[in-house]
Amino acid sequence: MSRLAAKFEELAKTGRKALIPFITAGDPRPDFTVPMMHAMVKAGVDVIELGVPFSDPMADGPVIQRASERALAHKMSLRRTLEIAAEFRKSDQLTPVVLMGYLNPIEAMGYEGFANAAQRAEIDGVLTVDLPPEEGLECSTLLKARGIDPIFLLAPNSNDERVKKMDAAGSGYIYYVSLKGVTGAGHLNPADVKNKLQQIRANTRLPVAIGFGVKDAQTAKTIAEIGDGVVIGSALISIIEANLDDPEQAKNKIVELLASIRQALDSVRMTEGGGLKTENNLQSPVRHPLSSVNGAYE
Amino acid sequence: MIEKYNMPDERGHFGPYGGIFVAETLMPPIQELNAAYQQYLKDPEFIAELDADLKYYVGRPSPLYHAERWSRELGGAQIYLKREDLNHTGSHKINNTVGQALLAKRMGKTRIIAETGAGQHGVATATVAARLGLECVVYMGAVDVARQSLNVYRMKLLGAKVVAVESGSKTLKDALNEALRDWVTNVDNTFYIIGTVAGPHPYPAMVRDFQAIIGRECRQQCQEATGRLPDALVACVGGGSNAIGLFYSFIEDESVKMYGVEAAGDGIATGRHSAPLCAGRPGVLHGNRTYLMADDDGEIIETHSISAGLDYPGVGPEHAWLKDTGRATYVNITDTEALEGFYALTLMEGIIPALESSHAMAYTMKLAPTMNKDDIIIVNLSGRGDKDMQTMAKREGIEL
Repeated sequence: MSRLAAKFEELAKTGRKALIPFITAGDPRPDFTVPMMHAMVKAGVDVIELGVPFSDPMADGPVIQRASERALAHKMSLRRTLEIAAEFRKSDQLTPVVLMGYLNPIEAMGYEGFANAAQRAEIDGVLTVDLPPEEGLECSTLLKARGIDPIFLLAPNSNDERVKKMDAAGSGYIYYVSLKGVTGAGHLNPADVKNKLQQIRANTRLPVAIGFGVKDAQTAKTIAEIGDGVVIGSALISIIEANLDDPEQAKNKIVELLASIRQALDSVRMTEGGGLKTENNLQSPVRHPLSSVNGAYE
Repeated sequence: MIEKYNMPDERGHFGPYGGIFVAETLMPPIQELNAAYQQYLKDPEFIAELDADLKYYVGRPSPLYHAERWSRELGGAQIYLKREDLNHTGSHKINNTVGQALLAKRMGKTRIIAETGAGQHGVATATVAARLGLECVVYMGAVDVARQSLNVYRMKLLGAKVVAVESGSKTLKDALNEALRDWVTNVDNTFYIIGTVAGPHPYPAMVRDFQAIIGRECRQQCQEATGRLPDALVACVGGGSNAIGLFYSFIEDESVKMYGVEAAGDGIATGRHSAPLCAGRPGVLHGNRTYLMADDDGEIIETHSISAGLDYPGVGPEHAWLKDTGRATYVNITDTEALEGFYALTLMEGIIPALESSHAMAYTMKLAPTMNKDDIIIVNLSGRGDKDMQTMAKREGIEL
């Protein structure tokens, strides 16, 4: 079983919602990312989406665009992003890492070369924003053969046919883009998301993580009541951007925000899974199995 | 050789190129657009309306002009200029915007967006939007806004909102990124009029079909004027819409050589150019697979050209296919050579070409002398040079 499948199975068993942070590899500096990833795990995240910087991030809003630009200024690349993921993996064998980016860096490496490199770096999932399943079969097949989940997006305007297409093409989880727009844009409407999730669930059994427009613990909580996980990206990167001269401060503030979201998500679990009496006991061993490892790392 | 040319396939592929590479939110509007395009291209009423607009609003057919003095001077082939510069708004771009705007109207869209480099496509879009009473937003790189300020003013006069794009290299590719971001945000009421034969399917095929009138007219006009087909076609290639427009009707005619002229900027060897077909590699950008200017990591490289309209790191996927199959030949012309073409046509024929089209003129100056006096070259004079007066004056140290 893949690390992602195992993670979502474990979450389902305990009635918990996945907290999935997104940061851009190498932002604001290459040496920031690995310690940041470990710190996020300590704060209680379940899966990490690691953004691969790209010169033309067409689906991203200004915040993530600037993160890409900062990382590229340090010569960050897909190759170096994989190195960062491999470095993280050395001291964390459990937290799934999903690469999120655009197709051209993968094209430049070659699909097979990329799939092999991702396997060596022990990447768990790959989400390529501009690679719909119609064009993605070759790449998905190579990834799946190496135990890596190809993850696809769904949008508010995706019909049943497209949900079924993602269900067939993807694995790991589905990333539901909760609003029409770019990352970090506007505010999502929980009622709309709820309706959409019913349609999605009718056509796939894959877990659904919801992103775009999740800014704080309150929206995360609302969203967690609907989906299986919450993706939070631009809000974290805004913190990095506000603390460019003090990355340590950025790290602390991100940990603080993620911890508050973790708490909010767990309150959802408590209201939903009232029968679970062991939740507090579960928290430590299941949630933070790596705390001692991380402690050693830091 | 190509006997029956019927590219692209149903999913928009020209061999390995083209396709649909977009974020999920754009898939439904692209499918909707494709359905509408397939439907209306066969709809006699739509075609009649389009033909009438091209005749009475754009001013077609554009003349095929025998540049006798220039031909004599160069001492080789007879040069014929396809006068797209005489169209309403001053370039071939209007052929496509008239068509897409009619489509937008049929689809019930109330808002038009576009990207523009030199501003010609932006002006052509603002023009049709004004005529149909549609809201219009044009994205333009901040660098281009500065070097094509005349066209910015024209667009504003026409009621369009011009957004200066400050991200990335602040040129055409970044304007395209920003237009895609707008589209993804406003998919319900917005029609994105892409100005070139790039982007996700159906754009490369659809824009080609709207521009193909250039070559259709040339075929007939050349027969009428000379009694036969031309020996060579020459057109500049940025995204490649004027070139495809000229080439398309001749693809099955083996005897007609086709030359696409890319912008070599400071020279291919300097790396400061905009010539993906001549010096790039295949990759995926802006919704399609094609030749791109990218580094080993797949990051897009900044491009350079004296002409804003050619300053783009990609090229239409059909050109990529025509290159690989050898049906068309892609060459390149530096900024300096393009200026020679600019002055030659201006002084020899009394026609001031756009800097983009000047690249095609410059290559014609190389090609014509290698051919016989009874050979025929058709060069696409895709736009007029009025918009470049400031750039040229500045180069000559003149304050306007």
